[in-house]
Amino acid sequence: MAKARIATVWLDGCSGCHMSFLDLDERLLAVAEQAELVYSPLVDFKTFPDEVDVTLVEGAVASEEDLHKIKKIRAHTKTLIAFGDCAVTANVPSMRNLVGKKAVLQHAYFELATLDPQIPTLVVPPLLDRVRPVHDVVKVDVFLPGCPPSADTIFAALVELLAGRMPDVPALTRFGK
Amino acid sequence: MSPTMTEATVVTLKIDDREISARSDQTVLEVAWENDVFVPALCHYEGLGDVGACRLCLVEIKGSPKLTPACAIKVVQDMEVITLSERLQKYRRSIIELLFAERNHICSVCVSNGHCELQWLAQKLGVDHIRYPYLYPKVSVDASHERFALDHNRCILCARCVRACDEVEGAHVWDLLGRGVDTRLISDLGTPWGESETCTTCGKCVHICPTGALFEKGKSVAEMVHARPRFAAMARVRNNSGR
Repeated sequence: MAKARIATVWLDGCSGCHMSFLDLDERLLAVAEQAELVYSPLVDFKTFPDEVDVTLVEGAVASEEDLHKIKKIRAHTKTLIAFGDCAVTANVPSMRNLVGKKAVLQHAYFELATLDPQIPTLVVPPLLDRVRPVHDVVKVDVFLPGCPPSADTIFAALVELLAGRMPDVPALTRFGK
Repeated sequence: MSPTMTEATVVTLKIDDREISARSDQTVLEVAWENDVFVPALCHYEGLGDVGACRLCLVEIKGSPKLTPACAIKVVQDMEVITLSERLQKYRRSIIELLFAERNHICSVCVSNGHCELQWLAQKLGVDHIRYPYLYPKVSVDASHERFALDHNRCILCARCVRACDEVEGAHVWDLLGRGVDTRLISDLGTPWGESETCTTCGKCVHICPTGALFEKGKSVAEMVHARPRFAAMARVRNNSGR
């Protein structure tokens, strides 16, 4: 049987969920026996492949770039997992929604800048007006809350998904865990 | 001893097809919990008067097309109660999701992370995401009190604190101002908590708060462990009653 093709992506999050993924430690070998990592911040493929079985999405949708990426990812993924609280609830990144984009940019690029204060328009992607959870933008198949979800949670969920079953998420994790 | 207690009789009823006997002055919720039947609730607290604020304890009563809050209805002879159905679970999950959407509950950075009844119930009821749009209200934190703080971001308006302060401590510092999503918990008719002339700094409100809305200053993420005062036991001692 061909190996399952899995991907991980990192939108507006702290990378903690990816660190927790690496905490699978020797269990990464068990995953690697069944699946191939075809795209991830952890490997060096530059473009998202056409066909992916399972994609773990860390982070909220906060910028034009995030929005562009997640739509592309959705179009090429069979099972999309909102991976961690930022993807599921928008979590800490959403705290800027209370004051608005303008106030955040003003603070970061003017109040805290001492030299040549300006809002960057090149290279840095423009922020969306609101930070949104992934399911607010595209369809999500599995929600895996946690900040971050533990390695045990990730492993248990992956084992189920790779066996073609839906994981019993509330038995594994919750918001903030 | 209140008159209702002296007049109480023993009734038998069915909860989820189980024969149960109870006193006629008890609510359906009290009887369910006494018999280890799970009915979710956030505004009910043993030893405080019930107000039916959270609607999580909705149950089905045979013969009635309506859902009834179990904390607001007394048991009667031959009553048949259903506490678990797909319909009830659907409403319960919706209520939890609406509570999350209405304020800014960021569990990962909350003082009550891991010790929160809202967070626990979400997991228990299988809420793994919020289907409703978050409102992101811009609400304040009142840190004017010497020992405690009030974070409106986490308040679910259960009014446990209002009742504990009024009914048990006898100070009545807290009230709810406004209506619907604009409702806010206020101290001393809207003055900062730290300037309250009625607050005795007893901490009862802080320790029965189901979330991280009321907390002890100096507590960081996940450090606010509630002491959960036993008001019912206190009342029993005070009244020297057999209950």
